[in-house]
Amino acid sequence: MTVSLVPFLACFLMITTGVTLLLERSLVRALAGVIVLGNGVNLLIVTAGSSAGGPPILGVTPPARMADPLPQAMVLTAIVITMGMTAFLLAMVHRTWQLTGSDEVQDDTEDRRVRLRSRRGELGDAVRRRVDDYRRLLVRQRAELANLQAEQAERERLQEADLEQRLARVYDELEEWMRQGREQGLSEEELHRRFEEVGLREEARAGDNLARIEELRDEHARRRAAQAAEEKELRRKLRVRQREARRQVRAAIREERERQALAQDPGLEGDD
Amino acid sequence: MEPSLPVESLICVPVLLPLLAAGVKLAIGGRLRRLQSVISLVTLGLSLAVSVVLLVAAESRGPLVTYLGGWPSPIGICLVADRLSTLVLVVSSAVTFCVMAYSVANAYDEQEHDAPMAIFHPAFLVMVAGVADAFLSGDLFNLFVAFELLLSGSYVLLTFGGTEARIRAGATYTLMALASSMLFLVALAVTYGATGTLALAQLAERFPQLPEQVKLLVELTLLLAFAIKAAIFPMSAWLPDSYPTAPTPATAVFAGLLTKVGVYSIIRLEALLFPGGPVSTLLMWLALATMLVGVLGAVAQTDLKRMLSFTLVSHIGYMVFGVGLSTRAGLTGAIFYVVHHITVQTSLFLVTGMVERRFGTTSVTRLGGLMRATPLIAVLFFVPAMNLSGIPPMSGFLGKLLLVQAGLAAGGWPAGTLVAAGLVTSLLTLYAVAKAWSRAFWSAPRVVQAGTVVESEEDTGEDPTVTTTSLPAALTVSVTALVALGLSFTVLAGPLSALAERAAGELMAREPYITAVLGRER
Repeated sequence: MTVSLVPFLACFLMITTGVTLLLERSLVRALAGVIVLGNGVNLLIVTAGSSAGGPPILGVTPPARMADPLPQAMVLTAIVITMGMTAFLLAMVHRTWQLTGSDEVQDDTEDRRVRLRSRRGELGDAVRRRVDDYRRLLVRQRAELANLQAEQAERERLQEADLEQRLARVYDELEEWMRQGREQGLSEEELHRRFEEVGLREEARAGDNLARIEELRDEHARRRAAQAAEEKELRRKLRVRQREARRQVRAAIREERERQALAQDPGLEGDD
Repeated sequence: MEPSLPVESLICVPVLLPLLAAGVKLAIGGRLRRLQSVISLVTLGLSLAVSVVLLVAAESRGPLVTYLGGWPSPIGICLVADRLSTLVLVVSSAVTFCVMAYSVANAYDEQEHDAPMAIFHPAFLVMVAGVADAFLSGDLFNLFVAFELLLSGSYVLLTFGGTEARIRAGATYTLMALASSMLFLVALAVTYGATGTLALAQLAERFPQLPEQVKLLVELTLLLAFAIKAAIFPMSAWLPDSYPTAPTPATAVFAGLLTKVGVYSIIRLEALLFPGGPVSTLLMWLALATMLVGVLGAVAQTDLKRMLSFTLVSHIGYMVFGVGLSTRAGLTGAIFYVVHHITVQTSLFLVTGMVERRFGTTSVTRLGGLMRATPLIAVLFFVPAMNLSGIPPMSGFLGKLLLVQAGLAAGGWPAGTLVAAGLVTSLLTLYAVAKAWSRAFWSAPRVVQAGTVVESEEDTGEDPTVTTTSLPAALTVSVTALVALGLSFTVLAGPLSALAERAAGELMAREPYITAVLGRER
């Protein structure tokens, strides 16, 4: 018995074409794939299942030269079944087209869920990054403020030390002056009179100095208050911006979800 | 011989009666709803009764055979009712009867007005006929036709109402099913080319004479076609994607029966056609992957229906494990597990359907406090859920125990690994189910669980809507009956496992089946 390669090649061609088409996203192409694949397989059944022969009809072909009728009966059944499935698939393609305006097979639920989750993760990461940035800014500004305060305190300390030195010098000068007066033989009364003169003069100068220190302190306090207010404002702004960012992310996620839910379940009936 | 004739002519009843009823109902159309329901229930009730009679007959007299059209076996097509097929047929008939009762009760105040009963019932009945035909078929080509029959019914049920979600799920499901059917046809072509027959009994005799490579090729092609149907791991992605969107009764019966038809075919294939081949080790590894991947998927889900779909995939692994052991004890465990799992998985999906009717959602993030709100639904969920996760002394535990014993008896490190994986899967199933239970049923009423900040704020916007405050009594009764059937396997575990063992013995022996089908011609 000789085996003809042509039917097998035809099977090969039809089945590979069918499989390729079946893997397409478009339902119409997949449907074409099913039809071609089905015919390829039917041809395979006839080819592989029986040897060549005449039509298996009594009185037409002698029984010895008949082809095996069983594969032919099977193929007939398979053709009928494929026809039914094709009709069903066509109806489904039509319905898909009615509902979505395209005939593409959509991603499955799990795929979309994973994608949604990764998108949510990205958005969350973005928010977290922004919050971190603000926090770092706050820390830096607070450190600057502390520096400023420390400098101010140092300046005050230096000024106070300066004042004390000058006071000490004044006392020294006074001692020296009184010693000189005594050596010149000035009377105690004269000395006191002169001392009071000088004292009044010096007191006026010291008063000036004290006033200036007070002034400096006030100014310092004012500056501190201003800085505190500034910091408070900064924090408020940070909070507002954080809230804004969160609101945006939530809105984006809600929108995305609604889009997904609509795409997957327009009637909103189950399937989460 | 005379008294045996009536019983054997009963074999075609579970196939023909639903088909006939489907035709009558299509002729009636949308009118006479009450008559429609009565026809459906009577048809399925009769099928159940006939299946029980067949089981008793097959148990007492061995495999029963009927030749369709009066042609003897190698030429005509025969239906064979042995212990395995009748046992599975009885359980599936009981389950379909309960599901039909549920959908009839559901239909009287069905919200989906665009979903006419005139289509649902015929499609359901055609599917039931296909399932029965697949269980009883004694011929590979008839098995193909049975698959197509049940699939065409299931396409209609899955895309019921033609909403966008269902059409989307239906596209995946239909294309997957068509691809597996084409594979099946290729396998049939190769088988017929190699052996010149498609009758199972003759194939069992002719396969051993074939060269190893041809045998392996045929076996793997057939196995691939069945494995897609049974949703075994690398071919399981379509199931959790498509099942949850279908109407509840459809999902329930798909989960209970359609995957089991695949498992049943694998059992037949491995036990009758290719006993003790090299493929059994492959099956064991597939079982391992199916169990673990499925249950990990279940743990990650927040929707009850999706969670249940993943546990469904996972527990298919147990049955494949039993088949892969290819010992009598392994097959016993697999058969027991099929019986247990059909009932439990169906009742879980039905209860979830009740939850959906009552609260408008099946997402555990939006449910809460069902225990206090609806204690009956909570109990009806809890019992099969614990049964599924294998809490002693329920049948889920017994089924796993049988498989573990079989695995340990078989010895060797692959079986040991699988036993360990089976135990881990059981624990993880308990974890997934308990998580869903505590979030949906046990928590404070309607308290939104804090996931991420964004999510919780998102969910407060929409309170779960109460769709129906009182469910029809018939709904509760049908689900209770199914849960009770699941529990009865615990009480009747002794006789049932003995029956499963006898069925396994009959399968392993192969001789009763072959002589019953071919014996008269010799």
